[in-house]
Amino acid sequence: MAKIIGGITSSHIPAVGNAIADGKTQEPYWKRFFDGYKPAQAWLDEQKPDIAIVVYNDHGLNFFLDKVPTFALGCADRYDNADEGWALKPVSPFKGNAAFSWHIAEKLVEQEFDICTCQEMKVDHGFVNPIRALWGTHENWPITTIPLAVNTVQHPLPSALRCFKLGKALRQAVESYDQDLKVVVLGTGGMSHQLQGERAGLINVDFDLECMDRIASDPEWMTKFTNSEIMRLTGTEGIETIMWLVMRGALQDNVKIVHKHYHAPISNTGAGVLVLENTFL
Amino acid sequence: MEWTKHDYEDIPGTYVFDGKHAYGAYPLNKLLFSFCDEENRSEFDRDPAAYCDKYGVTGQYKEFVLGKQFLNMLRSGANIYFMAKMAIPRGTSVQDAGAQFQGITTPEFQAKLSAQAEGLVDKLKKRGGYWIG
Repeated sequence: MAKIIGGITSSHIPAVGNAIADGKTQEPYWKRFFDGYKPAQAWLDEQKPDIAIVVYNDHGLNFFLDKVPTFALGCADRYDNADEGWALKPVSPFKGNAAFSWHIAEKLVEQEFDICTCQEMKVDHGFVNPIRALWGTHENWPITTIPLAVNTVQHPLPSALRCFKLGKALRQAVESYDQDLKVVVLGTGGMSHQLQGERAGLINVDFDLECMDRIASDPEWMTKFTNSEIMRLTGTEGIETIMWLVMRGALQDNVKIVHKHYHAPISNTGAGVLVLENTFL
Repeated sequence: MEWTKHDYEDIPGTYVFDGKHAYGAYPLNKLLFSFCDEENRSEFDRDPAAYCDKYGVTGQYKEFVLGKQFLNMLRSGANIYFMAKMAIPRGTSVQDAGAQFQGITTPEFQAKLSAQAEGLVDKLKKRGGYWIG
């Protein structure tokens, strides 16, 4: 049977990909941010997951505003990165697992998560950069991937609670698949930041740290916030942190906290890495 | 047309991207989205006004695009991520834009970012369990 071995959170900001591409990860500005990924990389080396389900939001590469699905699942054998408008060289395509994706889609819909299925899905920095930070950049990526996109761009957005429930349904979906696969779930984005308006530049370290601690040990705490409350506290783009709850919902209630890393500011954000391990497999 | 009011509308200096914005600025965001394509970026650069006309970006929206008035674009309904497709390749990073929104310099904006993380390592130690580095 497929099993979820654990979950990892990661920032997905474009600057992370640029720092990697430009060889700047050991420069003073970036060093602490990237060094804090090493324990997460070591955990992945030891655990050797087969598949990463990457929970992220599309920032206007695959989805334009003509159609905005609340939740969208990649159901293909291949996912391409592409130019997002910044003329950067796309990274190599990612390998998917269509049969497993379609199983997940069926089980999610059975559990009343009526997701959008995508047989073609371009993946942007939100998906790519956590993978690069955790596995490095490769011509042939060492991990098979399944993209799970959450709308955090155009309101109305799903609530934190809804994201948490999606995670719980995702766990059922994965664990009902009759193949021995080790799955890791990545919750990406966040933490506090606001890019837009006169309030741009907001970072809320105290709330970020409270989120990290609570998401690890008491995730229901975060499900009690409305999206307006989260935006007020952490910025309009800080709302991305609700995607961490999809990851958290997919894990068992009590997890082993393998690693906690927080750094701020990095670009305009507070950035958090959590490595949480399911101990009862 | 009567738009429903939301409890996020009183967050200062903030333009939450919702249906009202997405509806009103649909042509503008479509123009910005088109910049994912290199050919479109070049076409825009050759004749920005004609490119606006092609996408039905007219009136004030057009004025804001031609003048690279990013704050006004936001206020009129541009989505920040779509706007970044116009700003970043033309030399305005998200930090430059953030500084412009507040009428300060980029180094001043960066200093404000850093100030919010003062005493970070002490906070991490106090909470416990964090990688310190």
